[in-house]
Amino acid sequence: MEADRVIETVSLTKNYDHHRAVNSLSFEIKEGEIFGFLGPNGAGKTTTLLMLLGLSRPSAGYSRVCGLDPLRKAREVKRLVGYLPENVGFYADLNAVESLEYVATLNGIKRAEASAKIHELLEVMGLSQDAHKKVGAFSRGMRQRLGVAEVLIKDPRVLFLDEPTIGLDPDGALRLIDLIQSLNRDKNITVLIASHNLYQVQKISHRVGIMIDGKMVAEGSVQSLAEAKFGVGEKEYSLEEVYMKYFREV
Amino acid sequence: MQGLYAVFSKELRDHFSSYRFVILFALIAMVSFITSYMAGVHMKGNLEALAKTRFPFLTLFSTPGAVLSMVQFVAFFGPLIGLVLGFDSINRERADGTLVKLVSQPIYRDAVINGKFLAGVTTISIILLSIVLVISGFGLALVGTVPEVEEVWRIFIFLVISIFYISFWLGVAILFSISLKSIATSALASAALWIFLSFFVSLGADVLANTVAPVDNSKETEPATIIKNLKIKEMVSLCSPMVLYTDATATIMDPMRNTISIVSIVQRERRPMEKLLSSRFQNPLSLGQSLIVVFPYMIALIAITFICFAISYLIFMLQEIRT
Ligand SMILES: Nc1ncnc2c1ncn2[C@@H]1O[C@H](COP(=O)(O)OP(=O)(O)OP(=O)(O)O)[C@@H](O)[C@H]1O
Ligand SMILES: [Mg+2]
Repeated sequence: MEADRVIETVSLTKNYDHHRAVNSLSFEIKEGEIFGFLGPNGAGKTTTLLMLLGLSRPSAGYSRVCGLDPLRKAREVKRLVGYLPENVGFYADLNAVESLEYVATLNGIKRAEASAKIHELLEVMGLSQDAHKKVGAFSRGMRQRLGVAEVLIKDPRVLFLDEPTIGLDPDGALRLIDLIQSLNRDKNITVLIASHNLYQVQKISHRVGIMIDGKMVAEGSVQSLAEAKFGVGEKEYSLEEVYMKYFREV
Repeated sequence: MQGLYAVFSKELRDHFSSYRFVILFALIAMVSFITSYMAGVHMKGNLEALAKTRFPFLTLFSTPGAVLSMVQFVAFFGPLIGLVLGFDSINRERADGTLVKLVSQPIYRDAVINGKFLAGVTTISIILLSIVLVISGFGLALVGTVPEVEEVWRIFIFLVISIFYISFWLGVAILFSISLKSIATSALASAALWIFLSFFVSLGADVLANTVAPVDNSKETEPATIIKNLKIKEMVSLCSPMVLYTDATATIMDPMRNTISIVSIVQRERRPMEKLLSSRFQNPLSLGQSLIVVFPYMIALIAITFICFAISYLIFMLQEIRT
């Protein structure tokens, strides 16, 4: 069952000065799962993702991504993981195609192969019209779409998405959610999605984790969390009700 | 390697398409035109007179034209090229949020700074090489002399030392752009260090030397004290990369000088006859000899460049990158 675990953290801790951003966090995500990562602002979600990518050094504990240590095998981990940062940035004077080409070369993708992929991804993300526009002139949502395209160009096995639907119009958000779901279904990509949009998270996640003050206070399917708090009953609770219940209790 | 090359070629493209490069290049082209023109005119007169210069071609670079010679100009303002190319290399990416994207790609993290540093060094080399070619072309046209093989070698060595010198300042600028989050602050910090090391260290050297071994002009001072004074001055000045650079290029570009120590020059200057003789009949140092004289300075210059880069490297590799 070892190989099944795509992500595993053991007592992962991160201290900033005297503040504990992530407090002895232990959880795991299985292959092919969509895991919704919830929590109020400043709970430590982004910090956890950064530690899983080896961009931030844990103060204590360790983590494994696809069985690899992100600190020692950073490059191998990054080959497998596509990370969409919460405020994704771009080189303002490149256009959409050039931005994608740069990411492709950084991933060692051959030119010919890359250009076909770029074309396809721009199509999927609804950016074909703006392919040759400078990213500096992109709107917030267009940048977010391009960010997703950049993540997908390397054919990741695992996706870390930090607020992926932020800034997207309702149609764009819906499509992205569908896209994530189909990637998960068709290519068996494991997804870790940090978001404040409980409705979207509930729609696609197999399991959710609620993190408050650096601690995972609850973890499991929405149904099982609801049962744990409200008892077994006829009523189907929404993730929002469950989340608020946990949030108020802490 | 693939990551290094990708970063390198993007950075190089950025440099060459940026306004700041165009402005830098225009500025430098202008100055080198002026200095070499002045030097050329000056030398033409000399060549028509009886006393011919031994290395006319080198004189193009080492004779003060209007204000500064080309060599002095690089010593004073060359660092600016390095600073301008590097002061925002990392923290601009951090501010734009592209750094986290860059380091979450499957490349070694050091590929980012290595690529940026190498792209900067390449840009510096291209700028300097084109200046040297411009001046040489100018010299050919204006003075009508063809450089000797030895002169070509000397100019080549000058070029290499200059590239290291300016790369040191590029390294300093990159170091500040790694350790300081704000772009304005890193620009200011690197400019401040440049001014301090280039202009204030020699002042400090004077002060220190005069405190430890005071030389009073009105009274007779023991020769030992004078020499001690000069030695201290020399030692402290060596903390300045500009002094290192000037010393390293001095004998290369001006083979008639056979030493760069102030002490021996001053000692010689005290005997007028000998000074006259030496300037009249002294043979220039051979290329090999010149190299031996400047070798320690060259090594020191290369060493500080590497030390500076190594510090940047360590800081960057251990740094947390959130944006
Ligand atoms: N560089 C830093 N220095 C000190 N503290 C930091 C630093 N970066 C983050 N923190 C702290 O770490 C904690 C966790 O931050 P983190 O960004 O992981 O939260 P988050 O769960 O992603 O929040 P959000 O939902 O707002 O994105 C916060 O309390 C924050 O103040
Ligand atoms: Mg966050």
